Amino acid sequence: MISVNVDWSGNQQLYLTQPIVKNVQHQPVLSDRQGLLLKEQQHLTVFALTKYIRRKFDADPHLQDVYVKGEISNFKQHSSGHLYFTLKDEKARILAVMFSSYNRSIKFRPENGMKILIKGDITVYESSGQYQIYVKEMQPDGIGDLFLAYEQLKERLDQEGLFSQRYKKELPKHPQTVGVITSPTGAAIRDILTTIKRRYPIANILIFPALVQGEQGARSVVKAIETANNVKEIDVLIVGRGGGSIEELWTFNEEAVARAIFTSMVPIISAVGHETDFTIADFVADMRAPTPTAAAELAVPHIDDLIEKVLTRQARLIRAMKEKVSFQQERYVRLKKSYAFRYPRRLYEQKLEQVDKVTEALVRNAKKLSVMKSDDYLQVTKRLSRQHPQELLKGSQEQHSRLTKALNRTMTEIHSKKQKEFSGVLSTLEALSPLKIMDRGYSLSYTEDGQLIKKTSQVKKGDEIRVQLPDGRVNCTVRNVEESEGNG
Amino acid sequence: MADEKMLTFEEAMEKLEAIVEKLEEGDVPLEKAISFYKEGMELSKLCHNKLKHVEGQLTQILTDDGQVVDFSINEEE
Repeated sequence: MISVNVDWSGNQQLYLTQPIVKNVQHQPVLSDRQGLLLKEQQHLTVFALTKYIRRKFDADPHLQDVYVKGEISNFKQHSSGHLYFTLKDEKARILAVMFSSYNRSIKFRPENGMKILIKGDITVYESSGQYQIYVKEMQPDGIGDLFLAYEQLKERLDQEGLFSQRYKKELPKHPQTVGVITSPTGAAIRDILTTIKRRYPIANILIFPALVQGEQGARSVVKAIETANNVKEIDVLIVGRGGGSIEELWTFNEEAVARAIFTSMVPIISAVGHETDFTIADFVADMRAPTPTAAAELAVPHIDDLIEKVLTRQARLIRAMKEKVSFQQERYVRLKKSYAFRYPRRLYEQKLEQVDKVTEALVRNAKKLSVMKSDDYLQVTKRLSRQHPQELLKGSQEQHSRLTKALNRTMTEIHSKKQKEFSGVLSTLEALSPLKIMDRGYSLSYTEDGQLIKKTSQVKKGDEIRVQLPDGRVNCTVRNVEESEGNG
Repeated sequence: MADEKMLTFEEAMEKLEAIVEKLEEGDVPLEKAISFYKEGMELSKLCHNKLKHVEGQLTQILTDDGQVVDFSINEEE
């Protein structure tokens, strides 16, 4: 229920203290008052009245920052960027204006029939005498436009792979310098600084101040991320702010911020708002921290843990070294006690004996060998001299002259024997010579083919025969062949 | 050990861990083991010192004109 106090003079005088609704039921009071006015005052101009009415609207806190819901009709966007429309429901309507300075930040496009939620001031537009709502914020009824935009961007970047685990950079275990991108005046920076100082006082901290809400927020954060990437000492970056409404956290839902985080070479921990607030930045960041304090805890180790770690390693080092030394010591003692070191002479006594034996055997064998070899030599020399060619030659010469003599003797004997035989044969031959017989009147007859004719059967009548005489030959023809009787 | 002074904590810790592991493996010659041990103790001291040496650590802020100046929460409040 709205209560209006009428203040004609503009001072704090109250003429009516009752709500209008009640006044309507008490008509006489108002009538009296009017009657008095008409008598004592000049008539008001429309302008003055309107101004007065306007002041009523403006002075009423209930008409400032009013939240109203309804449906858009008669929507118009002026070339100046201002929006004009009527907000209505089934029973009533109100004119609405949204100046461009305000509507620049709305993330959706209003249109007729759209159900919206608005926040604005009610005042009077004097020249038309109409009261209007001057809209400062607007969002769709039902699903919020920021929520819608958030969902859409999240979906898109996810599809693009910006949230993928494989792009997450590992946070350094022992950062020397932590970069912090946030507002230098918020609670977030204090939480981060005190947490880092408490846990890891040896870290340097470099703050990159940024606007973390409003129109300039995204650009400011993106620039800070880029600047931080150009400072080579920065090992890890915390980017964030304290809690707030979805509008206040919106900077961290901007695409530009998401891409800057994705592109950053320095690992980034996001720390936006409280546990339950999830921004696009949280999905893209290499690590999401539920609060700025948690981000600081993720960024740096606890120094006590590290000291513990160093001491553990030192202890391991000492133990390993002790074990090593005692192992070697035991080995040394064991070796020292060994047979070889206790009775070192025994190591070579046997060897000495062996040397003696071998030397002896060597000398003995050498002598034996030498004797054997010189015997062999003598024998071979003898055999060689026996085999000397002069000896052979002498033998051969002897044999030669012996054989020559034998040959000569034999030849002489054979010669004289043959000579005797020849003269014997010669005298016999002389005695037997046919010529001598033929001298006594014998002749020899031959057939045509030279056969000596001894029998009558050798010729027949008509054959030509030759008769050899000592002084020549007679060729005859056989006239008759007669065999002598009893002459066989 | 001038160059060990230049090591970061991380590098020194890694080196220390590697040396400890080598020593624990056991088949390192004694002379080598002794030099490892010496180096390991140096590293361990170095790490410890780095953790204890808080002075000289800075909290700074980058100003609008690109200057790096010291920053303290108390001044801001």
